[in-house]
Amino acid sequence: MTPGNNPNIRLDYSIILQLVAAQSRVLDLGCGDGELLYHLIHKKQCQGTGIEIDEKAVYSCIERGVTVLHSDIISGLKDFSDKRFDYVILNESLQQVLNPQTAILAALRVGKNVIVGIPNFCHITARFQIFFRGRVPVTRELPYEWYNTPNLRFFSLKDFRSFCRNNGITIIKERDLGRLKEEPFLPNLFAYSGIFLLRQ
Amino acid sequence: MDTKQLGIVATQYYRCAEPPDELVLKSGERLGPITIAYETYGTLNPEKSNAILICHALTGNAHAAGFHKDDTKPGWWDTMIGPGKPFDTEKYFIICPNVIGSCKGSTGPSSINPKTGKPYSLNFPVITIQDMVNAQKLLIDHLGIPKLLCVTGGSMGGMQSLTWAVLYPDMVHSVIAIATNYRHNALQIAFHEVGRQAIMSDPDWQNGDYYGKSIPSRGLALSRMIGHITYMSEKSMEEKFGRKLFSKERVGYDFSLDFEVSNYLRYRGDSFVQRFDANSYLYITKALDYFDLTEEKNLDTVFKDIRSKFLVISFTSDWLYPPHQSLKIVRALKINDVDVSYIEINSAYGHDAFLLENAGQAHVIEHFLARMLCERKNTVVP
Repeated sequence: MTPGNNPNIRLDYSIILQLVAAQSRVLDLGCGDGELLYHLIHKKQCQGTGIEIDEKAVYSCIERGVTVLHSDIISGLKDFSDKRFDYVILNESLQQVLNPQTAILAALRVGKNVIVGIPNFCHITARFQIFFRGRVPVTRELPYEWYNTPNLRFFSLKDFRSFCRNNGITIIKERDLGRLKEEPFLPNLFAYSGIFLLRQ
Repeated sequence: MDTKQLGIVATQYYRCAEPPDELVLKSGERLGPITIAYETYGTLNPEKSNAILICHALTGNAHAAGFHKDDTKPGWWDTMIGPGKPFDTEKYFIICPNVIGSCKGSTGPSSINPKTGKPYSLNFPVITIQDMVNAQKLLIDHLGIPKLLCVTGGSMGGMQSLTWAVLYPDMVHSVIAIATNYRHNALQIAFHEVGRQAIMSDPDWQNGDYYGKSIPSRGLALSRMIGHITYMSEKSMEEKFGRKLFSKERVGYDFSLDFEVSNYLRYRGDSFVQRFDANSYLYITKALDYFDLTEEKNLDTVFKDIRSKFLVISFTSDWLYPPHQSLKIVRALKINDVDVSYIEINSAYGHDAFLLENAGQAHVIEHFLARMLCERKNTVVP
């Protein structure tokens, strides 16, 4: 099955499901309501743990039968032994972390692989709004106003690649996403988000 | 009311540790025979895989749910235990024993010492949380349960649950530890010390030898008042009482009862005297103060052999057993690769939150237990 063809699973989730080997140990940082972990546990027989700061989302995780720690990402990563997990996932959460560098390096400490999913803040629609309207972009993928956004960090796919280069992190795979399917053509302009498989 | 009820329940008694096979206590002393008061709700399945042990807190008892005959008040955790409730008696077999040292049916200082024919009083040996757990183990063996689906409890009940997982790792599939600590700290000991001093400085205490005479009611009431303050929070007290006056329009400028909160504490203290034994209060607070799972080792080492899965719950406004203490438990479990879930529930009710109706707590316990039962039956969560 190609990604995106399963109507029950979000495109980014189905790509992450492809990147993770079956029966792995997985840590999902900022796991939200635990849906991704639920799929990893039931479709790929993974052993999963989530870290989530929102109390309501923690209830949803436990309701799904997902193991979860109510904590922020940085303190939640502490205490796990080195390389304890096969995969550490930071999907749509890195841009909301106060110190993304610390978070990624800590994730690489506890995980053999790290999967990072990020929104592309330099998508063409965003660039268009900045250039022609002179406004900070508000798009379907980035629906917030500057004064109420949970996003603390704004970066593009290119920015992230150069961050990895500068920090000695190897990008094993990169998958760039449009709204409904993968978007391999000029991703920094046309992809709404990117999913990276990283190793140190 | 279309919901099913647990209905009338009754306390049962199990007599064990008959001499010469007394229970050897942590202090090295021996205690026996021992009576353990306990209640059970629900039915043990043929595989014996659905048994849950509920451990009560300092002044709790075996009557956790349902009604005693001719009683109007249900058990202390009735909001949580019963048909369709988180500890669902249609799915699980629930056991709640009274701890040794208590005065609610299990052997304690007010019980008759078979050697003298009189109450033990201060001749009762000093007990610890481990001793309570070892006595419960005798009961669980007697009930023929090889492995408990879950051991749970709040406060002192949480300490017993942790102790179960450390002492009997093969007998505990999972633990739900609520509003608890892995060792009593200086603040917790300090409050207990004041409570004990209140009892022991009451002239009626008479070195514990007051049975059949005048009981140290002032001292016991005072210690309960102190305790009760620590179970609430600044916010819950302010919301409940504020500066409300008690049956008067303005303050009296004297030392009579002015404030509603003072009246409430007096009421709490006085009603406690009717239902609890002062010596039991001394023994159990001492057991709590002695509680330290680490015993000069570190917690990571102590948890090394744990095989249970964990759900750890704390409450934001609990300043007696604050969330950061629960997090230390979580941390040591993480280090040991234990499957642990943790939630800090937003509540204004302080330490008492776990005893009050709490939708969040009910929700996580219900679903955690469902997963544990599925795991034990090796099926997948629907």
